[in-house]
Amino acid sequence: MGSKLEKADFSQFPDANGHFGIYGGRFVSETLVFALDELESAYQRLRHDPSFQAEFDHDLAHYVGRPSPLYYAKRWSEEVGGAKIFLKREDLNHTGAHKVNNTVGQALLAKYMGKKHVIAETGAGQHGVASATVAARLGMTCQVFMGEEDIHRQALNVYRMKLLGAEVVSVKSGSRTLKDAMNEAMRNWVTNVDDTFYIIGTAAGPHPYPMLVRDFQSVIGREAREQCLSQNGRLPDALVACVGGGSNAIGLFHPFLDDEGVAMYGVEAGGYGVETGKHAAPLNDGIPGILHGNRTYLMQDEGGQIIETHSVSAGLDYPGVGPEHSWLKDMGRVNYVAINDDEALTAFRKLTLVEGIMPALESAHAVAYAEKLAKTMSPEQSIVVNLSGRGDKDIHTVATIDGIGIE
Amino acid sequence: MSRLATVFTKLETNGRKALVPYIVAGDPDTTLTVPLMHELVRQGADILEIGVPFSDPMAEGPVIQLAHERALANHVTLTMVLEFITEFRLQDQETPVVLMGYANPIERMGYHVFANRAAAAGVDGLLTVDMPPEEAEGPTKILRDAGIDNIFLLAPTTSDARIEKIASLASGYLYCVSLKGVTGAGHLDVKAVSEKLDSIKRYTDLPVTVGFGIKDGASAAALAPFCAGVVVGSALIESIVATNATMSATDRVVAAATLIGDIRTALDA
Repeated sequence: MGSKLEKADFSQFPDANGHFGIYGGRFVSETLVFALDELESAYQRLRHDPSFQAEFDHDLAHYVGRPSPLYYAKRWSEEVGGAKIFLKREDLNHTGAHKVNNTVGQALLAKYMGKKHVIAETGAGQHGVASATVAARLGMTCQVFMGEEDIHRQALNVYRMKLLGAEVVSVKSGSRTLKDAMNEAMRNWVTNVDDTFYIIGTAAGPHPYPMLVRDFQSVIGREAREQCLSQNGRLPDALVACVGGGSNAIGLFHPFLDDEGVAMYGVEAGGYGVETGKHAAPLNDGIPGILHGNRTYLMQDEGGQIIETHSVSAGLDYPGVGPEHSWLKDMGRVNYVAINDDEALTAFRKLTLVEGIMPALESAHAVAYAEKLAKTMSPEQSIVVNLSGRGDKDIHTVATIDGIGIE
Repeated sequence: MSRLATVFTKLETNGRKALVPYIVAGDPDTTLTVPLMHELVRQGADILEIGVPFSDPMAEGPVIQLAHERALANHVTLTMVLEFITEFRLQDQETPVVLMGYANPIERMGYHVFANRAAAAGVDGLLTVDMPPEEAEGPTKILRDAGIDNIFLLAPTTSDARIEKIASLASGYLYCVSLKGVTGAGHLDVKAVSEKLDSIKRYTDLPVTVGFGIKDGASAAALAPFCAGVVVGSALIESIVATNATMSATDRVVAAATLIGDIRTALDA
């Protein structure tokens, strides 16, 4: 599948039916089509509405704390001995990750659409926390669907969500992780479709979600582009971001897609190694198929069943990926690579020690790849790494790997 | 005439309603599927909907989700499902069989390969839960060329414009989802469904069956006057699960299918 495209007008995608080439679309049961139509028409109206955009920009500035800095990691860059590495500090956002850019945007949509109840799925808990946060602020009720496995792995975020007034619903079906949480959120939405707004956390799912999540997250790339020009007087040579569903990556990449001199690297979770099959890297080792409302690269078996993924990072532990990434892969605009668990853990420790910045394990995958890439480049060149989240939530995981019990 | 058209014509002539049980292939045991299909027909089923197991059955309530999980634990694949149908057809040439499932296993096999193999096995229709009309034109043509009807869902939220669009692609019958929710939900509203059926009938002459939330003779009989047939899924699967695994296969399928016999009686009363 997947024909190579020479060049595309990236601003024209997705098409009217939500397609990025053969990817994307709206593969949902009939009951939900009406809700997706309603959401799409509200978004098409509001994306060009000055008062909506002004409110979104105001919230990003005063509630999220944007713009996030573009930080030159001088000590790390010099130690690596290659390109200058800059970190886009999404970890400094309110709630500690890029996720909040999107939840602020979608909650604002919910408000303009008159919805009083929001639901969300979450893996590591970052999107659940970001959703519970905006719901609290806007006085909306919030339910977060979370796999039973992830609830055990991310107890701190579960409690954070409860403190924020959200109800955390334990999902016990299937593999009891992020994909099953998304199934259950969809089931809940079908049942309560009249008054519920579903805040999807990544740039996947049925149209219009991949588009609107990308648009809300693109503030990352727009800022980074301006910051590169003002701080360095030129565009970067490469961008690096981790890819689970791919929202932080598409947010960074999208505003640079027309800049032909900017190479892009999406870093998937290699788990125990892509060759072992125990990973979460569908763009490296998957096959296109249909899951969660869109056609995209998937981890699946020969019979078309979705297979269980593995990554040390719960936020990347997902068998699919946003459809725009599948399209960008096929046309060769973005390179999709993989970093294994142990490489990510090494990068987590290294950045913490060398720069005093503790990355989320998800972001540590990007950090690890950036280090490999920088070594092949010269000091006149520069790389922007999306530091999509902070690592506090992962201290327990790292301590457990170190054999240290923390209560 | 196709098996589906033959059955609906005959039912209409006799003033009867189609009774359409749904089971998941390979649940609870691969050896029970074909005997259960025959027993469902013996107790009054007119059409069989056979669920193709999928790892992520997004539209299903808890009862059918577990049926999918049990079938996958039994390593049931789409290829095996087609083998069940081939085996069923050795003894039953008349009863239409419709496969119901999700797009990905079919995508993985490929629509052309699937359509040809399904037709050879004796499959009459396909209902893909997550395949809306916007995405379905290509697959519908491939299926039709192989002699397989593409069955579509209509929901309480489906607008008149969409009913018209879906009806133009559909053949065999249309499946009207009775409620906003997942399979096996408990909030059936007969009046709302009958109003929806009235608007559907303005756009199509195809038979319309109703499913989701029909669990016994009373709920089936209440809906029957407004539609061409009723689909019974979760309640039947609960009935299968309730049978004792130590019983003989014959006793077990008879006990499981008794619910369908009861609903048949209520529908014909």
